[in-house]
Amino acid sequence: MTGEAVISVKDLWKVFGHKAELVPRSAELSALSRRELIDRTGCTAAVRDVSFDVAPGEVFVVMGLSGSGKSTLVRCLTRLIEPTAGSIIFEGEDILAADKKRLRDLRRRKFSMVFQHFGLLPFRQVLDNVAYGLEIRGAGKAERIRRAKEVIDLVGLDGYEHSYPEQLSGGMQQRVGLARALAGDPDVLFFDEPFSALDPLIRRDMQNEVIRLHREVGKTMVFITHDLSEALKLGDRILIMRDGAMVQCGTGDELVGAPADDYVRDFVQDVPRANVLTLRWIMRLPRPEDVLDGPELGPDVVVRDAVRLVLAAGKPVKVIENGELLGVVTDEEILAAVTGVEVPA
Amino acid sequence: MRLQRLVATAAVTALALTGCGGEKIGDTGSTGSSAAAANCGTFNLAINPWVGYEATAAVIAYVAEKDLGCTVTKKDLKEEIAWQGFGTGEVDAVVENWGHDDLKKKYIDEQKTAVAAGSTGNKGIIGWYVAPWMAEKYPDITDWNNLNKYASMFKTSESGDKGQLLDGDPSFVTNDEALVKNLKLDYKVVYAGSETALITAFRQSEAKKTPVIGYFYEPQWFLAELKLAKVNLPAYTAGCDADAAKIACDYPEYDLDKIVSKKFADANGPAYKLVKAFNWTNDDQNVVAKYIAEDKMSAADAAKKWVEANPDKVKAWLAQ
Amino acid sequence: MTTTTAAAVPRPGIRLSKPVKVAAILVAWVLIWIPTHGTHTLSLSPADLTPLHEWLNEVNDTVGANRNSSPIFLYFFNEIRAGIDALVTFVQALISQPSFGRPVPVLGWLGVVAVVAYISWFFGNWRVALLAAGGFVFFGLQGLWQESMDTLALTLSAVAISLLIGIPLGIWAGLSDRFNALVTPVLDFMQTMPTFVYLAPLTLLFLIGPASATIATLIYAMPPAIRITAHAIRSVPRAAVEATDSLGATGRQTLTGVLLPLSKRTIVLGVNQTIMAALSMVTIAALIDAPGLGKTVIKALQTLDVGTAFNAGLAIVVMAIVLDRVTTAASNRVRQVGTTHRFRRPVAAGLGVLTAICCYMSYTYVWAAEFPDQAGVGRAISRGADEVTLWAQTELSTATEAIKNLVTFALLNPLQSLLVESPWWLVGAVVVLLAALIGTVRTAVTTAACVALLIGTGLWQDSMTTLAMTIVATLLVMVLGVVVGVWMGRNRFADRIIRPALDAGQTMPAFVYLVPFLALFSATRFTAIVAAVVFAAPVAIKIVADGVRGISATTVEAATAAGSNTWQLITKVQLPMARSSLTLAANQGLIYVLSMVVVGGLVGAGALGYDVVAGFSQGQLYGKGLAAGAAIVLLGIMLDRIARASSPSNSPKGHR
Ligand SMILES: Nc1ncnc2c1ncn2[C@@H]1O[C@H](COP(=O)(O)OP(=O)(O)O)[C@@H](O)[C@H]1O
Ligand SMILES: [Mg+2]
Repeated sequence: MTGEAVISVKDLWKVFGHKAELVPRSAELSALSRRELIDRTGCTAAVRDVSFDVAPGEVFVVMGLSGSGKSTLVRCLTRLIEPTAGSIIFEGEDILAADKKRLRDLRRRKFSMVFQHFGLLPFRQVLDNVAYGLEIRGAGKAERIRRAKEVIDLVGLDGYEHSYPEQLSGGMQQRVGLARALAGDPDVLFFDEPFSALDPLIRRDMQNEVIRLHREVGKTMVFITHDLSEALKLGDRILIMRDGAMVQCGTGDELVGAPADDYVRDFVQDVPRANVLTLRWIMRLPRPEDVLDGPELGPDVVVRDAVRLVLAAGKPVKVIENGELLGVVTDEEILAAVTGVEVPA
Repeated sequence: MRLQRLVATAAVTALALTGCGGEKIGDTGSTGSSAAAANCGTFNLAINPWVGYEATAAVIAYVAEKDLGCTVTKKDLKEEIAWQGFGTGEVDAVVENWGHDDLKKKYIDEQKTAVAAGSTGNKGIIGWYVAPWMAEKYPDITDWNNLNKYASMFKTSESGDKGQLLDGDPSFVTNDEALVKNLKLDYKVVYAGSETALITAFRQSEAKKTPVIGYFYEPQWFLAELKLAKVNLPAYTAGCDADAAKIACDYPEYDLDKIVSKKFADANGPAYKLVKAFNWTNDDQNVVAKYIAEDKMSAADAAKKWVEANPDKVKAWLAQ
Repeated sequence: MTTTTAAAVPRPGIRLSKPVKVAAILVAWVLIWIPTHGTHTLSLSPADLTPLHEWLNEVNDTVGANRNSSPIFLYFFNEIRAGIDALVTFVQALISQPSFGRPVPVLGWLGVVAVVAYISWFFGNWRVALLAAGGFVFFGLQGLWQESMDTLALTLSAVAISLLIGIPLGIWAGLSDRFNALVTPVLDFMQTMPTFVYLAPLTLLFLIGPASATIATLIYAMPPAIRITAHAIRSVPRAAVEATDSLGATGRQTLTGVLLPLSKRTIVLGVNQTIMAALSMVTIAALIDAPGLGKTVIKALQTLDVGTAFNAGLAIVVMAIVLDRVTTAASNRVRQVGTTHRFRRPVAAGLGVLTAICCYMSYTYVWAAEFPDQAGVGRAISRGADEVTLWAQTELSTATEAIKNLVTFALLNPLQSLLVESPWWLVGAVVVLLAALIGTVRTAVTTAACVALLIGTGLWQDSMTTLAMTIVATLLVMVLGVVVGVWMGRNRFADRIIRPALDAGQTMPAFVYLVPFLALFSATRFTAIVAAVVFAAPVAIKIVADGVRGISATTVEAATAAGSNTWQLITKVQLPMARSSLTLAANQGLIYVLSMVVVGGLVGAGALGYDVVAGFSQGQLYGKGLAAGAAIVLLGIMLDRIARASSPSNSPKGHR
């Protein structure tokens, strides 16, 4: 996965404040907690020593409580905020080395971003808002309109081309934001809590919309959220941040199945485990008394999908990968997962 | 289509209106000056901000325009700025100057941009005055020796436990602080700050019979409304005001004079000759000032009225 | 232990709260004052000069003497002068002065009214168009058509140049913190340095004429354009700017595509403030021969003709109200995007043609060019004003005397004794300590520098006298601001009734009401205070009213639901929540009070105001007047910085 990463982030730091560049360099200062650092130097370490890779076509989610540094991190990736230290490689190119012109070029053609508060221009119609990026990169008028109409259709806003943003609902405004990001046909889409400001029902629609778009256009996406269910729903992999630092990075079932610490455990506590965990996480080793002639399932089958089969089988179900028996699952494990009681280790 | 119709309607309306438009500009032709003579050209006359000055200037301007065919440009300016204008060529004449030895030194002696052009014939008097009712009720108040007797009467919120001597049109030099000290008067000088403030104070004094004593001067149009009584200070003698800190005598009588720019004088045109020859009395000025201040006539109308009533004087100026 | 409150018994080692410390300093001041008062007061009598004053005189003389030979004048100042003169003369030729060999301007009254109404409609709405047309016709009825047009020509030219320079500078200040920090003190200086101080030098540099008048006006009018533009740029929502950046926009694209369109509305408000500031200079500019209504006011004042002065003053007020309402309507229109009416275009075209016809007729026909002689209305206004003044002077002056004495003896005199009779080092120490306590070290350093410079001007004692009056006036302004402001904020009807009166107070030239005030209160410091309050209170009231109205309805609803009565609602919810407005009101009130110090000098305030006026009138006092002007600026900066440091909205830096 690492070899072909679209974005590869290493040891990234962002410190706000006076003489911020000294913090990552000093072993002593960089070891301090965020609170201690503020008390000592007045600087805020918004992002502390974060490293990860994003694979092509992946939906990579960054999650954490408010103030944990998510927005800062995602802005560092396109240098809307200048990182303090570390490296960011995008398609083999060192982003931090790019000069102004190159950076502008990258933003015009390779990245785009969707914002929590939309960032639409109130004095422009939907069509012109969507075409804005194309206008900035100097596309001709006819092409702009053609392309803008295309993406407006894609996000389901046809008929609203000539409305002004304030005439639209929040969800529709964010569709405009989405369309604007898609219009330039970028390689990577960044989302900074795009749906946090929306009502729950609309939020669900929009999440489905993103899933659909991802399926249709297959872009790499980096998605910021503070909502775990959103993260689990959309993310191929999830990075959890706390106070600027990385706590855990992995797939949804890894987080729920093996939380790295209490912080993550707290987070995932209320998740309907059956919907997230796969059999790999709940199976147990076969015991001598087990009858091993029941049905077989793969280890990556989600518990929810296995419930019916396991309960109907009346005997242990074998978890088989590449012909090898990894373990068994019985009514007991299934019920534990569904009712949310932790399986004793 | 709608647009076209609107435009058409508007155009028709316009034509209709033009048809019955009335008198056209330029129909009754005379634009330029009617007067005959002259290579007088433009005459830049400073107007300092008091009515007496305006009266003098109005008469000069009227005669210059009417009889000499000059184009008079009046410029409303404070003294200091008017004198500055001699150097920059924007002012030709100041026609009522109250002393101003400092300005004379600077512009006549040092920068050599101005020259004196003789007296206006007006006498300027500066001193301490009280409203008529006071002079009547306390006849001895007009002698400075009795002022301390009345000091407590003049106490105000501004003067503490002393009597208030209301001073201060900021345009005039005053010796009053030195006078109060050297004559050992139990008074405090309070700076009213403007002629307006002084006149209002005297007006209210007369109307409400409240005691006020203050700095004032004549000729001044207000004296026609209210004949203030002058307090006699120790008489002026030549040189008694040499040391500003030790002054203990009255103000000298000023011979009000005219100052013109050097260039204007050297050109020796008709307007300069008029300014130089101009001369009248305090009474003459008071009449014109009254027309302006009390009768609310425009300066030009006031000048016209006086000139028509005094053809001999005007003829005398023009004869020279 | 460290958070002991003021109520606790002070014990050694305990931290006192701020108000207690402030009170302690004040008590200490009075205690030290008792034995030391009257010593080291640095007094200087009105006729005396310090070496600094004499040196300033010499500088002024040198400049004057070299005016016609120095290349700077020949190639720099003269060029500027010529350019501005040409602009003003051109506008005058259009609307106010006979031009191009005609006995009348190009556009007669009908044309001007039509154009003004059309512009008001186009950028604003029907209502303001009617108001504008009505207002302009009113000038004619007052018998002041030409004077008004001269004033308009000069004001518009000054405003145009202010905006031409001010908006780009404002954008720069909005984008660059460094430039902003650099211009702020310059703008403070431009706004608080009394015009009287630079009037004479201006005529030396730019000669007597429209150029000097325009420059005098724009020195005062440009700062709001710069400040408000910078503020507008700074308050563009971050999201929009960030979104544009993320699309790879260049700086220029961000500016033209996002920053300017989104700050347009606020910038139009800046235009509004610039116009108001320019109009407030009309009378002062008349002192250097600026044509227009100001001259009428000044001339009328020479004969104490209150009626005529009021008539002209009223024309200025009407012009201010018209221009204010039109620009406000224009700025509101900017906000309503995309609601172009279907008929707007044809209507605009039709009206445009109509306007053109009116212009043509006013060019051609006498009746449409010269306003029919209708001075009757003007005369009636003058007579009315005269009668009201006379009545007030005779009927009210006993009551007003009493008020005057109360404020003077109970408030002003004690404060003034404390400030003026204290040794300079005592006052200096007290203000620096207070600054350090209320603000930061930086505030204290600025304050100390101001104190040192005040001593340097040689006018310490006069400064203290002026300071006492300034403090009392600002207190009165704040009392009025809170009482009337809260009332207006809570009651729309009251707002609608009072607001025009406030506009009048702000724009009616002080010279108009000096005579009645002098009659009511004599030539005293109190008269100066009253004049300052009349001018400054409207601003404070408006800010407080807007602050109170700006409190979210839910908060008020919640408090009402909790059973608060009106008094509790005001004191416990509305005033505390409008606290930042109160601070702003105090700050602006103070600046406005300071800008009336010079007018105060004309009505008996003495001190710095009189020094400035006398310096303007007498050559040998020029340097002293300049120093007094600088002292006023220093007082302004000092008080402003202390006030700002104590304001709650002054969050620590690093914001944005
Ligand atoms: N421009 C800034 N200057 C100083 N501190 C900042 C700035 N932006 C963010 N921070 C601080 O950095 C931390 C992370 O902020 P942010 O990235 O916005 O968090 P999140 O998006 O996860 O809520 C916060 O403590 C915030 O106060
Ligand atoms: Mg965020």
